[in-house]
Amino acid sequence: MLNQKALVSAIALTFLMPAAAKANDSNELEALRAEIQQMKQNYESRIQTLESRLQTAETVAAEADKKADEATVQVSARPTASNALNPDISLILSGTYANRSQNSNYHITGFQAGGEIGPGTKGFNLGESELGFYSSIDPNFYGGLNLALAPDNTIGVEEAFVQTSTLPYGVTLKAGRFFSSIGYLNEQHAHTWDFVDSPLAYQAFLGNQFGDDGVQLKWLAPTDMFLELGAEYGRGRIAETQGRDKNGGGAGSIFVHVGGDLGISSSWRAGLSYLEVSPKDRASSDLDATGSDITNSFTGNSKVWLADFVWKWAPNGNATNTSFKLQGEYLHRTEKGDLTYDIDSVSNSSRYSASQDGWYLQGVYKFLPYWRAGLRYDQLNSGSVHYGDNSANLANSSYDPKRFSAMLDFSPSEFSRIRLQVSSDKSRQEATDNQVFIQYQMSLGAHGAHKY
Amino acid sequence: MRHIFKALSLSVLLATTQPAQAALNVFACEPEWGALAQELGGDKVAVFTATNAMQDVHHIEAKPSLVAQLRKADLLVCTGAELEIGWLPVLLRQAGNANVLAGKTGNFEAARYVRMLDIPSRLDRADGDVHAGGNPHIQTDPRNIAKVSDALSLRLAEVDASNATFYQAKHKDFAQRWQDANKRWEAQAAPLKGIAIVVQHKGFPYLEDWLGLREVATLEPKPGVEPTSSHLSEVLTQLERQPAKMVIRAAYNSERSSQWLSEKAKIPAVALPFTVGGSDRAKDLFSLFDDTVQRLLDAVK
Repeated sequence: MLNQKALVSAIALTFLMPAAAKANDSNELEALRAEIQQMKQNYESRIQTLESRLQTAETVAAEADKKADEATVQVSARPTASNALNPDISLILSGTYANRSQNSNYHITGFQAGGEIGPGTKGFNLGESELGFYSSIDPNFYGGLNLALAPDNTIGVEEAFVQTSTLPYGVTLKAGRFFSSIGYLNEQHAHTWDFVDSPLAYQAFLGNQFGDDGVQLKWLAPTDMFLELGAEYGRGRIAETQGRDKNGGGAGSIFVHVGGDLGISSSWRAGLSYLEVSPKDRASSDLDATGSDITNSFTGNSKVWLADFVWKWAPNGNATNTSFKLQGEYLHRTEKGDLTYDIDSVSNSSRYSASQDGWYLQGVYKFLPYWRAGLRYDQLNSGSVHYGDNSANLANSSYDPKRFSAMLDFSPSEFSRIRLQVSSDKSRQEATDNQVFIQYQMSLGAHGAHKY
Repeated sequence: MRHIFKALSLSVLLATTQPAQAALNVFACEPEWGALAQELGGDKVAVFTATNAMQDVHHIEAKPSLVAQLRKADLLVCTGAELEIGWLPVLLRQAGNANVLAGKTGNFEAARYVRMLDIPSRLDRADGDVHAGGNPHIQTDPRNIAKVSDALSLRLAEVDASNATFYQAKHKDFAQRWQDANKRWEAQAAPLKGIAIVVQHKGFPYLEDWLGLREVATLEPKPGVEPTSSHLSEVLTQLERQPAKMVIRAAYNSERSSQWLSEKAKIPAVALPFTVGGSDRAKDLFSLFDDTVQRLLDAVK
């Protein structure tokens, strides 16, 4: 409005100028001059404002263009499907063919083992198919479920856990069902094992592998050397038992792992673990003094020490063509409690105590891309066993079970493996079982990252 | 049991009250990013490089030493684009370090800042080791290094705000030197434009894009699958129709198959450093490209 008025005045002024001069009214002229000056300033400042606004707009536009360019680069890699947030799904398929010289009534002479142990049945066997779902839950939690689909058409929950991801000071808390971090091999899924079966010491003392329902606290030290301390507390579902139905828990463990590098070509990890568990009605296959197959049951207290180490070597740390892995573990178990002899007929319960140990040592050598060969030696030491009133039926044996295994495997990619294994299994005093296994293990779906 | 728990809690207390180190701890997945972080961070950063040039970064053991180093890291600098998918996720879960988890400021993925090549049109493991986000070997083009350096410098300033001006100055200096060096390399490499090459692993699309090299065959039948004798003889037959000037492999690749092709096809086999430390001469990012360009030029002489 003001501008319009000023413009009109300016035009008027131009025409009226001579008249005004003639009028020679200096006051009026002065007022007009001031008004023109003000108009001029007014316009200049407006033009300046407009120019600066234009400049800003241009910069913004340029930036937007740049951002749009960047966006096109990024967008192409971004999934837009509604299932983009589904967890990683991985599937492990495995199967075995077994040829064995002895029957499948497996037991370990002199050891009240328990759990699903032994070399399994003869002929074609579908292994456990593992179906895993893993994902971050939110910024604070990570979780996963691993189902084991057994060949007898049953489904087992192998792992179902949640763990924290953002606790400070290197602390991680885990809850649910998970493989215990005791020892070295215990935490590893069966499909990552270097042999078809687990070591005898694991079969005798941990019922193959110890996974429990409970909580785990781990702390990683802020040191150059890897130092990890941890403790677990759970219901004690060892060797196919159900764990304790009581307030508190039926199993506790503590463990320490250390590790590091030796130059650029080799690395190592060693550990010491202690597990205390109170199994209830732990069924174990055995052979009585008359030579009949029976099942015993143990309820009591079981303490297991584990010492483990692994050393891996590859030239310059490049395992494509050549690598070597040496691994060994020692387990010692002491047990006190009640052993029921032959639960199916005699069912005589008596005090039982035992102190026994075992170890294994294995080496796996990659001699060509895709090809590995390995040897393993297993031994259990009978130690001292007291059967109490049952000593008439269960002979005290000084037999030390042993097993020797050799394997050759071929992995044309990191997702597939075919393995041949031969073993001479002297778990049973009365019979040496000569075994040949052919196994495949395949991994489908999300790219699994394997633990050390 | 009780005593052990006491000892445990005492050691936790001792370790957590230790004073923090002054320098910013950078965990670099690959040597090129370790070298870049050192260029941009100078004495304000302590760089740990997880892998070396003789290793295949697709396949790395999640070693205890790496877990321990990641636990201390303030900034994780990796390629991303699934290159480290076989080992980094395990390290991150074991290290218990919330600062460097994916999505955090302390987690830097270089591949996010460059234009990706070889993005597969279909994803199937039958095609070998394919990466959904595109070919992850971005470090063979110095223009990518420049883009990553811009982003990494900003990230350093964000993670370690008190030294922001220092990082800015370092970056300005580096960017200038890098630009000058790049002009020099491009001038030197002019004779390489349009030259046909054979590569062992599909690890050089960015180098080819930069220098205008023309890839006519790969020795690996599928990405990540070791060369087979039948595929090698196919390549040899192909080269009779469509000759190439050289066969290229990265320092970590086994030399056998490229050596075989070199003898049969009578073309030079060139081992490129691929990353810092991949040859005696490739001691830093500048000498990495000096050496790369020189080796390629030597082969076409």
